[in-house]
Amino acid sequence: MSLTCLGVSVDVNTEFEAVIGLEVHVQLATDSKIFSSARARPEPGNSVADEAVNKNTTPVCAGHPGTLPVLNQKAVNYAIRAGLATSCKINLKSIFARKHYFYPDSPKGYQISQYDLPLCEGGHLDIEWGEEGEMTKRIGITRIHMEEDAGKSVHHHGYSLVNLNRAGVPLIEVVSEPEMRGPAEAGAYLRKLYAIVTAIGVCDGNLQEGNFRCDANVSIRPKGVKEFGTRVEIKNVNSFRFVEKAIEYEVERQRQVILSGGKLVQETRLYDSQKNRTFSMRTKEEAEDYRYFPDPDLPPLILSEEQVEAIRASLPELPDQKRDRYIREFGLKRYDSTLLTSDVLWGRLFQESVALCGRENGKILANLMIGEGMRLVSSADPDETKGFTAKQFSDLALAVADQTVSMTAAKQILAILFEQGGEVGAVIDREGLRQVSDLSALEPVIDEILAKNPKQVEEYRSGKEKVLGFFVGQAMKATRGKANPALLQDLVIRKLKG
Amino acid sequence: MKQTLPSIQEIHDSFDAGTSDPLSLTEGFFTRIKASKHNAYITLCEDRALQQARNLSIELKTAFQGKVPRQTHPLFGIPLGIKDVLTMDGVRTTCASRILENYVPPFTATAVARLEVAGAVSLGKLNLDEFAMGSSNENSAFGPVLHPTHPDRVPGGSSGGSGTAVAADLCVAALGTDTGGSIRLPASFCGVVGLKPTYGRISRYGQIAFASSLDQIGPMTRTVRDAALLTGIMAGVDENDSTTLARAPEDWVAVVDRANGDSSSLHGLRVGIPAEYFIDGIDPGVRQAIERAIEFLKQEGALVVPVSLPHTEYAVSTYYVIAVSEASSNLSRYDGVRFGVRPEGAMRAATPSEFYKEARALFGAEVKRRIMLGTFALSSGYFDAYYRKAAQVRRLMRQDFENAFQKADVLVSPVSPTTAFRLGEKSKNPLQMYLTDIFTIPASLAGLPAMSIPVGEDADGLSIGMHLIGPRFGESTLLRVASRIEGGLS
Repeated sequence: MSLTCLGVSVDVNTEFEAVIGLEVHVQLATDSKIFSSARARPEPGNSVADEAVNKNTTPVCAGHPGTLPVLNQKAVNYAIRAGLATSCKINLKSIFARKHYFYPDSPKGYQISQYDLPLCEGGHLDIEWGEEGEMTKRIGITRIHMEEDAGKSVHHHGYSLVNLNRAGVPLIEVVSEPEMRGPAEAGAYLRKLYAIVTAIGVCDGNLQEGNFRCDANVSIRPKGVKEFGTRVEIKNVNSFRFVEKAIEYEVERQRQVILSGGKLVQETRLYDSQKNRTFSMRTKEEAEDYRYFPDPDLPPLILSEEQVEAIRASLPELPDQKRDRYIREFGLKRYDSTLLTSDVLWGRLFQESVALCGRENGKILANLMIGEGMRLVSSADPDETKGFTAKQFSDLALAVADQTVSMTAAKQILAILFEQGGEVGAVIDREGLRQVSDLSALEPVIDEILAKNPKQVEEYRSGKEKVLGFFVGQAMKATRGKANPALLQDLVIRKLKG
Repeated sequence: MKQTLPSIQEIHDSFDAGTSDPLSLTEGFFTRIKASKHNAYITLCEDRALQQARNLSIELKTAFQGKVPRQTHPLFGIPLGIKDVLTMDGVRTTCASRILENYVPPFTATAVARLEVAGAVSLGKLNLDEFAMGSSNENSAFGPVLHPTHPDRVPGGSSGGSGTAVAADLCVAALGTDTGGSIRLPASFCGVVGLKPTYGRISRYGQIAFASSLDQIGPMTRTVRDAALLTGIMAGVDENDSTTLARAPEDWVAVVDRANGDSSSLHGLRVGIPAEYFIDGIDPGVRQAIERAIEFLKQEGALVVPVSLPHTEYAVSTYYVIAVSEASSNLSRYDGVRFGVRPEGAMRAATPSEFYKEARALFGAEVKRRIMLGTFALSSGYFDAYYRKAAQVRRLMRQDFENAFQKADVLVSPVSPTTAFRLGEKSKNPLQMYLTDIFTIPASLAGLPAMSIPVGEDADGLSIGMHLIGPRFGESTLLRVASRIEGGLS
């Protein structure tokens, strides 16, 4: 029996391509909620969990009968910023609509959102992916609309409790065109969007607290086919890596269904990150009819050209512009520059550090941050408050530049600073990591290594020059990274040849 | 028609003269309310009101040396009834529904707050049709309100408690709300003055919504001047309601006073008679009274001009699409989770949808009917045919009025084709009930100010109200005309 998909016959050898569109909910970093004066985010220094349950509410966001929404102008400005930073057209007239569904954490029985006429339309993002960011593509943004968040249901001991602190928190939903063709592109899109909304200051970017949540629409089709296959929506994944993995899983699952002669159904699925699989939440038949209609409590949102232009003029340097500038000014590799400029905190740290140690040391600084710094931070427990200061990085960059420490030792120093804090100079002294450029100190070390490894010495002398690296590595290890690498290499060569 | 009950001005005169004071006046109202069989009130705020009145009585003697501070407190010591869709902090607000029978709001409606700041004493919460949905006040979970003078008849709805309370001396003035005629119809049936201001004049903050794009608070009073006074206090922008309009209230009391003293004030006024409003099916008594009132306006120097509102025939159906659509949305919050009572069955529900089924069963029949109609009209696949189409017709009706107001300064018609009907007479036939509002609905759809002013009685002694419709922000014209009618037509 021959199988077909979208009118094309398919078998195990058919190459399929994924069609991915993303809907990202970005929480706007306003102090008050979108339609009420209640606090929208925890007091400075607090996490969401620190806030007393149902404390950040007013009768309006609790949906009390008789209350009316009043639009937070700051949230509008933030949404416009996001629209402009993603090259959207800003609609000078947009409409708020009610989206109806029953759920205990939706206090009004509807969510105020935008439907027919959203605030922003027709933008795009340029993404880069691949090992060194060598793949690039422009992804269209269909629309960005404003809406309110729901409350949070907490289930325990057979009861369901509702916390309305989050109800009415301002969100924008950024809807992409279905133009991504694989998990890596989706990941790159999310990282770029995240970099932009955090760089322009409209989102705090706290992934653990759900500041940036993603729904992915995924379908597949045999390569070359223009039509779309049956679409599956994967809901609410809040880590970039999990989105990639969920899509990866989903693409393969859909391929299996097609190749086993099954039929894909339009449905909403959830991703289980522990099992790394998606499972069905509801099918299209079970989907709600949201019964959108214009919210009669909110007049159309009317903006002037001047308002929009004033916001455009206030936009800071965007990640792409900053990346190009860093390449120019510090001679960074494109990929490294992307890494540094796509994270607000690293970007800020870099900027502050470079101001201290001078731009001529920017490249060393970048290497320290990208190599070891980012690895340390990302592997640490996110709840811990360990971190680096600009002073630490700039001191260390200077120490590397004037050869006080080797790059290898610098990495050890970073790890110590990260774990214990402290000053660069003090750590160097305490750990005895000052670079050894003294020939008389290195010579005995090398002699010993050569004596212990006669086989490798023989190999080198018979023309296998690659073995050089082995000796240098051994010598570095023996000196705990303190040896001046250039000096060391010269010395090894001299000894081997001599 | 001359009212025999004292106006706010006359009450203040009696305070000044020392023949009455806020406390004794308020106590008198509670005595009458408790003796009354009208079922006008759902909840009394006796302790709160008496405390307020007591304080005012003391202030009157001490701080104000026996003289009512009419400038700073224009409602000083005036007992009011508040329709039970308006919230008052700490006072149960039911909307005459089982589903809200225990709801105590934590905030006060802007309109009520403004009246209280002006010195008003709120006696209690007035009965109505459940969620303001009805034309007879028979749809209340707390029982029907009786007509003030004919207890076998309805007071009209949905502000039936307000109409009866004002007419039966159970408050000096009342707040009603009007979505499709809910102030004007009971005002007409009960023989009191009712004003629905321009949509957006008075904040809806604290008005529990039926149909948000139509709902408007207004006064129901003994005199035109009282209506002007209350409207002026309540009107104006409210930062809690984005649909209030940036149009400063006028000194409507001055407008009324000027009209009262000036027999030429209607000279040259163009009074439009919409052809579509004088149809077969109007009671002869009603027709006669309205014609007599029009004759009076002519005598006052007004010019009567024929006008046409060609889309009138679609008004009721348009209204019953838009109003029920908004209602179905506005009432979704009563799901037993946060708002609404949880019946036994809901607590045993295994799934959220079972839970909702139980909790939402508590609505009355008319409310359920409208929620279902509205849910249908907004459903995907039907939205264009119903809601969108109705919104288009609504625009055409607005245009009708704009055209008519090129030729006329004010439009007149009966408020309703009939006088107060008997309890139960129409309650089995929703469609017939809906037609009661046929003349009041168009002005609601267009957001225009409109009034009911008593112009006589039929053979059974039942009140007849004349309907005045003004252009947007045309409250002054309405009050001027109403004032002349009040003073001259007996």
